[in-house]
Amino acid sequence: MSVEHASTRIVDAYARGGEELAADEVWALEAHLETCGACRERLSAAVTSEAPALASLVGTVWSELEPHLAATVPVPPRRRWSAALTAWLTPVMVPWLATAVSVTLIALLLEVTGVRPGLGNGPLVLLFAPLLPVCGVAASWSRGLDPAYELTASAPRAGLPLVLRRTAAVLGVVIPPLLVGSWATGVSAGQWLLPALAFTSAALALGTVVGVTRACAALAVVWAAVVLAPTLATGRTTFALQPDGMPVWGLLLALGAGVVAVRKDAYSLLGTHR
Amino acid sequence: MMRAVGAADIAPRTYAWEIRAGGLKVRVGAKRMAVDGLDLSLGTGVHGLLGPNGAGKTTLIRALATVLRPAAGSLELLGEPAGGTGEAHRALRRRIGYLPQEFGYYKRFTVREFVEYMAWLKEVPKADVPAAVQRAVERVGLADRAEDRMKTLSGGMVRRVGIAQAIVNDPAILLLDEPTAGLDPAQRLRFRELLQELGADTCVVVSTHLVEDVAAACTDVVLFAEGRLRFQGTPDDLAAAGGPEHVGDSPLERGYSALLLDSAQERGTW
Ligand SMILES: [Zn+2]
Repeated sequence: MSVEHASTRIVDAYARGGEELAADEVWALEAHLETCGACRERLSAAVTSEAPALASLVGTVWSELEPHLAATVPVPPRRRWSAALTAWLTPVMVPWLATAVSVTLIALLLEVTGVRPGLGNGPLVLLFAPLLPVCGVAASWSRGLDPAYELTASAPRAGLPLVLRRTAAVLGVVIPPLLVGSWATGVSAGQWLLPALAFTSAALALGTVVGVTRACAALAVVWAAVVLAPTLATGRTTFALQPDGMPVWGLLLALGAGVVAVRKDAYSLLGTHR
Repeated sequence: MMRAVGAADIAPRTYAWEIRAGGLKVRVGAKRMAVDGLDLSLGTGVHGLLGPNGAGKTTLIRALATVLRPAAGSLELLGEPAGGTGEAHRALRRRIGYLPQEFGYYKRFTVREFVEYMAWLKEVPKADVPAAVQRAVERVGLADRAEDRMKTLSGGMVRRVGIAQAIVNDPAILLLDEPTAGLDPAQRLRFRELLQELGADTCVVVSTHLVEDVAAACTDVVLFAEGRLRFQGTPDDLAAAGGPEHVGDSPLERGYSALLLDSAQERGTW
């Protein structure tokens, strides 16, 4: 395809400025200049030859600007690890996760040394496994604990994907020590993993209705009533955590996931931070 | 710093007003309507949202920031319905900047880390983040403190970081809830200059209870009381509404108290 370039007359007149060119000529030239590098180069040469005053003005501006440009502070390189980490965790979640991991390790220590201060004779890891991820979820999406909750809620990224990202981070930190604990004490992982996941999904589901903080507080009460109190009272692993109770936990997990999927838009509003 | 012009910058606008509310109602708690039948149209410029404490200014700004869903009425932002979901809603939020009244931040972050984190939350394209952050930090005059941790900053500086995070995504709608709280007089002056600069191509809504902020920086005053629009006009119009018999040290303050008095008398409580 042959391209018709602008004539030297038009380019020179354009460089000189003024009233020499008709409006439609200017318009056509500018439209052509946007797409044609060769003619832009011709124009810049024409400015030097046809409008020396303009060329020297541009030269002066550049020479005055250059020292300032050199003095501009260069942008320091981003600290990659911190940027990558904040995509998964907020700083306020870190102490909560540290606490959760410490609790697991202490329980493991008690179990191994045989010191069991009135906690029954069932495996300890079963007792608090459901509660630990719930605490992490509370720390990741709550008004009381996260000072930047309102900014987070107003951002485009707010919503279920971000909540799930943080929940995954919580589970990623909390579950490995629990796995070690259950392996060391000979408890099957399924027996506590299912209740833990069910509690987590229930926290997220209930959170869309009453807010995540309140939901987690309510679930802590449920945990105390259903898991902790019966164990302390009878000294045996409660029915809820026996293999027979597992289908109920599975059902709860599925139900929670369903509610979260249906009500996911609530996570981009302020209400879920309550 | 140079910024590339993108397709979004030169695309023709298909809306007449950046913010358009009709019969807007926003509920706070179970019963109270903090915004109760508001009709409002705002375009480019700096709009001072003025009203007594508890008038519902924060609730209105939260609804404009799309973190509260309206109970009734219509709200269109940049030609999009505010109550949308999915990708359209995210795209709308990318073009809004918001500084909440209580600006919460992470103390351990440096200024740059915090603004970068907010740029990430606002889905600023990864390649643009360093330049966008630098530009925002420079605009609020914190370039020399960018590597300092947030906990070492004074209250006024923290406020400026709040403004930097609000403008880091080059918003078309900028919502600032009581941004001058905690600024000293010199910072306040600089802030008003920045507002005027931003108002040239952005719809800026500044909520304040200080009449003097409005006089200095706003092209338009929106007087909001008991959930409704009481007055909208230029600062001069506001000043003209007051007479010598009204309370206040300046013409603007006298106009402000005159209009609030009118609305109180309408309700028949006097
Ligand atoms: Zn050409």
